[in-house]
Amino acid sequence: MNGNPADGRFGAVSRRSLLRGATALGTAALLPLGSGRAAAQPKQGGTLRLAMAHGSSTDSYDPAMLENAFAQLFATARNGYMTEIAADGSLTGDIAESWEASPDARVWTFKLRAGVTFHSGKPVTAEDVIASLDYHRGEESTSAAKPIVAPIVEIAADGPGTVVVTLESGNADFPFVISDYHLPILPATDGRIDPLSPDGCGGYVVESYEPGVRASMTRNPNYWKLPDRAHFDAVELLTIIDAAARQNALITGEVDVIDQVDVNTVHLLQRAPGVQILSTTGTQHFTFAMDTRAAPFSDNNVRLALKYAIDRQELLDKVLNGYGALGNDQPVGPSDRFFADLPQRVYDPDKAKFHLKEAGLDTLQVPLSAADAAFPGAVDAAVLYSEQAAAAGITIDVIREPNDGYWSNVWMVKPFVAVYWSGRPTADWMFSTAYAAGVAWNDTFWDNERFNQLLNEARSELDETKRAEMYREMQLLVRDDGGVVIPMFASYVMGLSDAIGHPEQVGANWTLDGFRAVERWWFA
Amino acid sequence: MSDIWWMILRRLALGVLTLFVVTLLIFGAIQLLPGDPAQAILGQAATPETLAALRTELGLDLPAWQRYLNWISGVLHGDFGVSLANKRPISELIAGRLANTLFLALYAAVIAVPLSLVLGVLAALWRGSWFDRAINVLTLSSISFPEFFVAYILIFWLAQSGLFPSISNIPPGAPLAEKLYRTFLPALTLTLVVTAHMMRMTRAAIINLLASPYIEMARLKGMGPTRVIVHHALPNALAPIINVVALNLAYLITGVVVVEVVFVYPGLGQLMVDSVAKRDIPVVQAAALIFAAAYILLNLAADVLSTLSNPRLVNKR
Repeated sequence: MNGNPADGRFGAVSRRSLLRGATALGTAALLPLGSGRAAAQPKQGGTLRLAMAHGSSTDSYDPAMLENAFAQLFATARNGYMTEIAADGSLTGDIAESWEASPDARVWTFKLRAGVTFHSGKPVTAEDVIASLDYHRGEESTSAAKPIVAPIVEIAADGPGTVVVTLESGNADFPFVISDYHLPILPATDGRIDPLSPDGCGGYVVESYEPGVRASMTRNPNYWKLPDRAHFDAVELLTIIDAAARQNALITGEVDVIDQVDVNTVHLLQRAPGVQILSTTGTQHFTFAMDTRAAPFSDNNVRLALKYAIDRQELLDKVLNGYGALGNDQPVGPSDRFFADLPQRVYDPDKAKFHLKEAGLDTLQVPLSAADAAFPGAVDAAVLYSEQAAAAGITIDVIREPNDGYWSNVWMVKPFVAVYWSGRPTADWMFSTAYAAGVAWNDTFWDNERFNQLLNEARSELDETKRAEMYREMQLLVRDDGGVVIPMFASYVMGLSDAIGHPEQVGANWTLDGFRAVERWWFA
Repeated sequence: MSDIWWMILRRLALGVLTLFVVTLLIFGAIQLLPGDPAQAILGQAATPETLAALRTELGLDLPAWQRYLNWISGVLHGDFGVSLANKRPISELIAGRLANTLFLALYAAVIAVPLSLVLGVLAALWRGSWFDRAINVLTLSSISFPEFFVAYILIFWLAQSGLFPSISNIPPGAPLAEKLYRTFLPALTLTLVVTAHMMRMTRAAIINLLASPYIEMARLKGMGPTRVIVHHALPNALAPIINVVALNLAYLITGVVVVEVVFVYPGLGQLMVDSVAKRDIPVVQAAALIFAAAYILLNLAADVLSTLSNPRLVNKR
């Protein structure tokens, strides 16, 4: 179902982009794209026609919703944000020109860039920023970004060009957090934004929008990033849900760029003339989550046995056709600045048996719920897993669940389920979203005292070395005690017409250059 | 003639009654769907607080009968309400999609109905010949393949060679000729899918009649086979043909979501699928009601036309 709510989760990590040439299928090799097009100079002009696998007739402009990749990319194309995650994963200013924190990382002062205007011509002021963030706060907010802005205690203007945000406790990563695509800066009237208005201060102005079908935009002539960005004169975004229709549209020249190339047929698409394949590996990862409160998963030896009973390499090769990287049972990817290079866990049925014995068991039988809504190929992955685990005396009964309603009826309901996470730009964000005790999306219901304590301490720690040590210990704890099996990080695989040029480094925090292909790419 | 008007009136009244029962069925079936709109809209982003806030906002905390009454009284006043998911008025949301669906259905019907009638008559005329066999094999194979397969084959032959676009990407305000060109492949797919049924029924109905004594009489009078079939057999075969045509027209309106998806055609089917996935109940209800109304009206038209085609029913003594 295109209603996969996993897309609605905010944030994603992007520290490394992994571009693959026509033949390279390595799992972690950092190879530049085979062609010279990537390095060519940007050129203005043309109409980009971009087709995405997402988009639903139930979409809207409302930044509180934005629950699929089409809506998210469309929002990024028309809106400006406080900060932006650059292609290399670092943080740069957007509407905020600079920012600084109080020593306890609790009070953040953002200086706004002068001369930025909305499409309507109105200048962007502190009032707009405050109203835009306030929209997601408060009791009656239904925003998907509510958890991100919840720690904000107060937002105040210090003149029209400065915004001061006070948090309930220190957060050294706060400027990362507000780059989230749910938090565009929209024009305010009387301290409130109109969430259903297409106005924004991004690179493209909306001409027409039919949810679930198309959106047409033209370049914003007053965009502050010109001439370094927004090279296309106009952009047309299309929803093409069917994978074969999308590939055909690219092959027949109906569109210039498609996302979500089916990894099972990517070699066929590569053979088509005039088509290049681009793939980026960031923090999107697939997991099998266990309910650590319920027997038998409440015993860490059982969890470890299940972690040793999976052949990650085989899953990566067969389910993702090599388009991804190996997971190591913790969600922080190698591109994160606090990534701890822990030894890779490998398939070892003997160790799995050993841990079973430690748990006082000879055999183990567990149900595993999966559906393609969890991630494409989840059912195949679960079946492979069950065959691998059989060698360790573990019987995994794969239950194929319906796609429809997967996130409300299966995820966080059944004890052992397949899940898709797009990841977060920072380790703290990822951990606080899904691993801290008691948070809404802690899908393993994991509660580790040491971990929770470290997480709180590390968040407000400004000393990078100390912080790195803390995050290392947290990754170790998740890997060796947590309730999640993470077999692989999955790449975003896109198909581009040969006429498209893009910078050498392509953002991997989201698909399509961190949703910014529209303003970062060009016609060569 | 007044008999006919009475019949139409009676059928219309029955149709309204059927629609009422359908509204109950639709509403009841939707209550049975697991999960509620608030959960579906927020998806994995749902937390207990946001869920509760959204449920109150959408009026989901009211009991089911009260929501049904609210909906039905709105519909009776011509107000379908607003979409739960994006707050757009449903009448506006559906109007454009319905027009697209009707356009494609009409386009396919304009090709398929004459084609299948002519092929059916010819097949009956040359029964047992190579033409009859070839046309049977062709139409039966095209109906036996799943629609998306027929669509992919057409894309492979006609789109990858550059003759027709592989997706029906119609810019707003495109002229009719461009619309016809861009939607040719979906229309052709639907034509292939519905032709067999109508063609076979035409052929069977005529062949059935060819065995009756009055046809033999016509032949004995020295009439040519074409005249026998077109003038004498066809009028009596009209009733079953009209019925099968109506069934296929209804299918063209209500059942083409797969073709819509493959050719990226923004019709009502895709809207309904999206809305079911999001539990956008008012949109699902409105779309289902339109589909039901289309079925009822087409069946009514078929009944009336097949009655009219039979003088024995029109001029009762």
